[in-house]
Amino acid sequence: MNSQPNQPTTLDLDAVRARLASAKGPEFWRSLDEIAATPEFQKMVDDEFTPGTSEWSNPVSRRRLMELMGATLGLAGLTACTRQPEEKIIPYVQAPEDVIPGKPLHFATAIPTTGYGLGVLVESHTGRPTRIDGNPDHPASLGATDAITQGVALTMWDPDRSQAVLREGRNSSYTRFQDAIKLLREDLLSTRGAGFRILTETVGSPALAAQIRELFTEIPEARWVQYEPCNRDSVRAGARLAFGQVVNTVLNLDQAAVIVSLDADFLYSGPGAVRYARDFTSRRKPAGAATAMNRLYVAEAMPSVTGAKADHRLPLSPSEIENFARALADAVGAGTGPATSAAPAEWLKAVAADLIANRGASLVVAGDQQPAAVHALAHAMNAALGNVGKTVYYTDPVEPNPTNQGDDFKALVADMNAGKVTCLMVIGGNPMYNSPADLGFAEAFRKVKLRIRIGEHDDETSAVSHWHVPLAHHLESWGDVRAYDGTVSFQQPLIQPLYEGKSAIDIVTLLRDKGGRSAMEWVKEYWAAQTKEPNFQQVWEKAVHDGVLAGSKLGPKAVAISKTLAADLAAARQSAGSGVELVFRPDPHMYDGRYANNAWLQELPKPLTKTTWDNMALMSPKMAAKFGVEYSSRTMYHDTPVVELRLNGKSVKAPAWIVPGHADNCVTVHLGYGRTRGGKIANGVGFSAYAIRPSAAEWCARGVEVRTTGDEHRVAVTQDHQSIEGRSLLRTATLDHYKKDPAFAQEEEKGKHLFSLYPDWEYKSYSWGMAIDLNACTGCNACTIACQAENNIPAVGKEQVARGREMHWIRVDRYFGGKSLDNPTIQHQPVTCMHCDNAPCEGVCPVAATTHSEEGLNQMTYNRCVGTRYCSNNCPYKVRRFNFFLYNDWDSESLKGVRNPDVTVRSRGVMEKCTYCVQRINAARITAEVRGSRIQDGEVVTACQAVCPTQAIHFGDMNDPNSRIAKMKKDERNYGILTDLNTRPRTSYLAGLRNPNPSLETA
Amino acid sequence: MTEQYHSATAPVLAPGHNNKSVTEKIAGVVLTQKTPKGWFIVFAITFMVMHAMVFSLGSLVVRGIGLWGINQPVGWGLDIINFVWWIGIGHAGTLISAILLLLRQQWRMSISRFAEAMTIFAVMCAGLYPVFHTGRPWLAYWLLPYPNTMALWPQPRSPLVWDVFAVSTYMTVSIVFWYVGLIPDLGTMRDRAKTMFGKKMYGFFSLGWRGSARHWHVYETASLLLAGLSTPLVVSVHSVVSFDFAAGIIPGWHTTVFPPYFVAGAVFAGFAMVLTLGIPIRKLYGLEDYITDKHLDNMAKVMLTTGLVVVYGYFLEVFFAFYSANEYEIAMAHNRFSGPYSAMYWALILCNFIVPQLLWIHSFRRNTTVLFIVSMFINVGMWLERFVIIPMSLHRDFLPSSWGFYMPTIFDWGAFIGSIGFFTFMMFLFIRGLPMISIFEVRTLIKKPAQGGGH
Repeated sequence: MNSQPNQPTTLDLDAVRARLASAKGPEFWRSLDEIAATPEFQKMVDDEFTPGTSEWSNPVSRRRLMELMGATLGLAGLTACTRQPEEKIIPYVQAPEDVIPGKPLHFATAIPTTGYGLGVLVESHTGRPTRIDGNPDHPASLGATDAITQGVALTMWDPDRSQAVLREGRNSSYTRFQDAIKLLREDLLSTRGAGFRILTETVGSPALAAQIRELFTEIPEARWVQYEPCNRDSVRAGARLAFGQVVNTVLNLDQAAVIVSLDADFLYSGPGAVRYARDFTSRRKPAGAATAMNRLYVAEAMPSVTGAKADHRLPLSPSEIENFARALADAVGAGTGPATSAAPAEWLKAVAADLIANRGASLVVAGDQQPAAVHALAHAMNAALGNVGKTVYYTDPVEPNPTNQGDDFKALVADMNAGKVTCLMVIGGNPMYNSPADLGFAEAFRKVKLRIRIGEHDDETSAVSHWHVPLAHHLESWGDVRAYDGTVSFQQPLIQPLYEGKSAIDIVTLLRDKGGRSAMEWVKEYWAAQTKEPNFQQVWEKAVHDGVLAGSKLGPKAVAISKTLAADLAAARQSAGSGVELVFRPDPHMYDGRYANNAWLQELPKPLTKTTWDNMALMSPKMAAKFGVEYSSRTMYHDTPVVELRLNGKSVKAPAWIVPGHADNCVTVHLGYGRTRGGKIANGVGFSAYAIRPSAAEWCARGVEVRTTGDEHRVAVTQDHQSIEGRSLLRTATLDHYKKDPAFAQEEEKGKHLFSLYPDWEYKSYSWGMAIDLNACTGCNACTIACQAENNIPAVGKEQVARGREMHWIRVDRYFGGKSLDNPTIQHQPVTCMHCDNAPCEGVCPVAATTHSEEGLNQMTYNRCVGTRYCSNNCPYKVRRFNFFLYNDWDSESLKGVRNPDVTVRSRGVMEKCTYCVQRINAARITAEVRGSRIQDGEVVTACQAVCPTQAIHFGDMNDPNSRIAKMKKDERNYGILTDLNTRPRTSYLAGLRNPNPSLETA
Repeated sequence: MTEQYHSATAPVLAPGHNNKSVTEKIAGVVLTQKTPKGWFIVFAITFMVMHAMVFSLGSLVVRGIGLWGINQPVGWGLDIINFVWWIGIGHAGTLISAILLLLRQQWRMSISRFAEAMTIFAVMCAGLYPVFHTGRPWLAYWLLPYPNTMALWPQPRSPLVWDVFAVSTYMTVSIVFWYVGLIPDLGTMRDRAKTMFGKKMYGFFSLGWRGSARHWHVYETASLLLAGLSTPLVVSVHSVVSFDFAAGIIPGWHTTVFPPYFVAGAVFAGFAMVLTLGIPIRKLYGLEDYITDKHLDNMAKVMLTTGLVVVYGYFLEVFFAFYSANEYEIAMAHNRFSGPYSAMYWALILCNFIVPQLLWIHSFRRNTTVLFIVSMFINVGMWLERFVIIPMSLHRDFLPSSWGFYMPTIFDWGAFIGSIGFFTFMMFLFIRGLPMISIFEVRTLIKKPAQGGGH
């Protein structure tokens, strides 16, 4: 399985002669090795015909590959005058309907993550899905997506995806796999399925669940286990504690005036986060003196996107969060029993008072990683505050099979160890990598006689499986999934599976010996039965087209708080312990590790730390001092001290990273790194926190020992400097201040008159402009990666990021503010090219490669650029990006598929930067000219604008007085940055507002 | 001893020389004298060191500009530092041969040839960087105005285009001036050469010089005209180079004092380099009679003066940062004093401000050891000055989110050290093949029997 590194092979020449002399030798030989018939040669032949397997252990690093490619290109230039090889072009005999080369089509589908669907529209260029936009008709999306979903397009085209059916690591075929399944099925039928287990991640597909149940009618003794490391067990357990049954909680954030988050990062992660961000922002729209804004309190350990947006944020270690929740529940009269909390008394008092004052319009949200008790407390508080049915409602569970995944998984491992499991089929997931180390899944798995793996990558689990079958990507397969509110979406394939991957439905129906039909038919049949529509074909077609099945949203469910809740809560009270808490959290971009081979997501700076390509042991400044972590702020590269984290006898080494605002007495680690067989991108990046994750306390464990090791580790961080140095780049005010002085953001420029020696240019046709509402921006990074997907921006690798050469055209700056290092305010500011009317970059280009268009765009002519970098030096906003090497991968065939054909793929040595998505402007121009009118407001939507969950980014023609952008520019909150340089930026900002509680403001 | 206190009247050629001794000594260095062992050693070392540059720049073309340490926000690093440094070094030659000629300073005669050669080789070194620092060096010719099918000219608002004109003009004029000045001596060399090859080569390049009165007349006119032409170049080249920065908007760049401050710095650096090379060569070839203490003294005085102008520039930069009350300028000044690279700034102050103050002391100005050490400090200091201006201004500009660091790589250093090797290599090639001191000019310095003195 593991291909050998290039070992020196020994050749016995005498043996070769002997073999040749004996008549048995082949008449022709390819090499001396062949005659010698060494194992190495056999190996080479095997490897040669196993596509891709030799690459996995290729010692050539990605960086080195880039360098070699650069060298190749340079040398290729010397021989540029050769004829291109002939290629045959085969025209369509009958052109497919609707496919017009150069015009993309959009198809509605859904991306399921952790069992919940996000409706998307996928852009397809002549059959290639290139990018993902939100589906405006889908309730979880409303046209936006999160950062991870943007990266999914790259995952589909990932060259490291598994490309062949493997039998014990060797190439096999699907036909042989089918034969094997046939034999297995006979076995299973004879034993009624005893000893057979299916292990999946959380299944969100009702049709798949139905198929599995259908299968189990034949083999009733088989078991289906769902497990994923970042599961929502405690959410379900919390509901059971509060209501005696599992329910799905849906928030109506647009109804909430006061929100308390108990470590809930609802604006960024979890089901419905994209929608929640939109709803949350809808209550924060400044409108002069009449402004009403919601107020957000967040208690959390590690600062999150939601915490950064909070009006009041309280750093609390996880155990303290539960105490705080209990005390708060008591204070708002939830009747859950008294409790003491270490949280400041005035904080508790103020929050409780605010909640009570907004009865029916308040909301308490518990984070997915909080223990069941906190969820139950949140439910109790919402019930006591009369919020149920207003700011929150409950429905039947969205997952078709809500189970306690941790318990089921433990039982599975026990069964495997007891020899009760004869065949384990792992569909998706990656338990060899991501199960808690103390469970011993790895050893138990090896005891199973037949191990079948259906996975997207030939990964850690595949390596020890007998069979590996490529799993089709979401964009390659049919399926169905429910959104956070139960709305059903159908997944439709955008492309035939690239590597003959199969969907989970295909595999389960194969087990049922009904493999002949496509997954589409199963999905359709299931929903025809569910909806009982007489004319289902029409319903189906409409649902597939729209991306939502009309009327499938789950209705509110009346539930009552359990009468024994107070007693149950008292019983569930955590034992007071001591010692530092180790907090495990899914990574903001890698999640549980499934996206680790996605270079876009690896290189996307984390929302709060702005680090890339690594996970760290995150801690507060105080804890760092306590552990003796000394972090030199003068280091040019972020060579940060490595600490050893020791928990229950297991230890990992992790670079320490200080996060201002992190709670004391705890250390946070993100899961999802330290892959060993995740692909060329994923392998060897970061450390695996699963190695010390205890199965008994998956999210937070007490008693971690932190010891400095004296080693250092280089962390690639895109933002070096955390303080804004008192510069007026970010302008914010409190709501009260804004009401009194709505134009506070323009104070600084008032009365200043800037003039130019040149006469002003008159923009006669269009005049493009952008406005970014800092009050709406949550800093979620979706814009950065949407831009990357749209504009063919390469990922450059960790070493290059560490050198300060990341390529993102729109970056999200993050600044810490306030006077307290322990609890600073956190602000985000997306920065694009400002498209200055007096652009400092344009004047200094010696070859006129960057020029101003008559519509105000600051344009780059890549072909003309010789790469002096003078423009970048002279750009005060530092938004220009330079191709120091040949960063774009010109060789990987599959990566060509993901590229946007409307945007140049840049080569080495040229400058690039935000274009305001000029390709989209021109596409709209063509449409408008065909129509014979001007481009209408809203016809041009930039990629960053489209993806933004909170609609913070606005773009349009400022010459159109009725356009949205023209109105935004007239808004009193509108201001430009560095305008005193007379650059006249076209990107401007709308000042942010905070709505602090007056009774907490005195501090 | 009293004579030393009247250095203005001290001789610029040691007494006791006549036309023959001068010619034999200077031409003999090339034609008859056994080449000193030191020459071979330096020649061999510099030849090897030169290849560090060949390798660095070659790799750069093949693999990409990313081999250097530059990044966002520091788009220019050692490449442009070295460019400005080398251009500055070249300035002594032009100043000596042009301005001092016009001012009829006789002491320039024995060092002008040497300094002019230095100018040419320094500009060659400098010229490499703007070409190789581009992302696509094979397209660097797009900076030249030439008729092309794209119907595009260079963008005239860019100081880089002015640079191209300034530096190429400078290069051309310097070479022509140097060559014209060589013609009479080439004639001498032709006449004295022992080998056929030497006779042919010197003969070809002496353009048939016969030393007739008419030749001398034409020569003197040409020389004067070229001196007139070169004079504005002394001021213009480095002024234009300074525009690369002064025309930018980055705090630390956007400064009106730059042109005079750069020119003074260039002369400062140029004389330091003349001394750095002149002192060992004088020793190596025993040329103390020609490059006298008087020369050293004068050059030290020029360095002291220009050095003070440069220090005045440093003072003004700081003064205006605070006087402007511009928060970005003030932050720039603070970053120089106490930022991550502040050591470079204080080293610059030491090298360019404190150490040159030694030159106030008369005996130090005539002490070759002290002068050599001081001139080395100035060489380093002037390099640091460009480091302070270029990466130190870029690495922390307006938006704190974009602040970064710059760390040169081995390829940066390779290109720099290699260019020093190339420069020294060329200088040694020059002193081996051409008279390093102007023979015919030094002959005019020979003291005629004092008129009436004997009567």
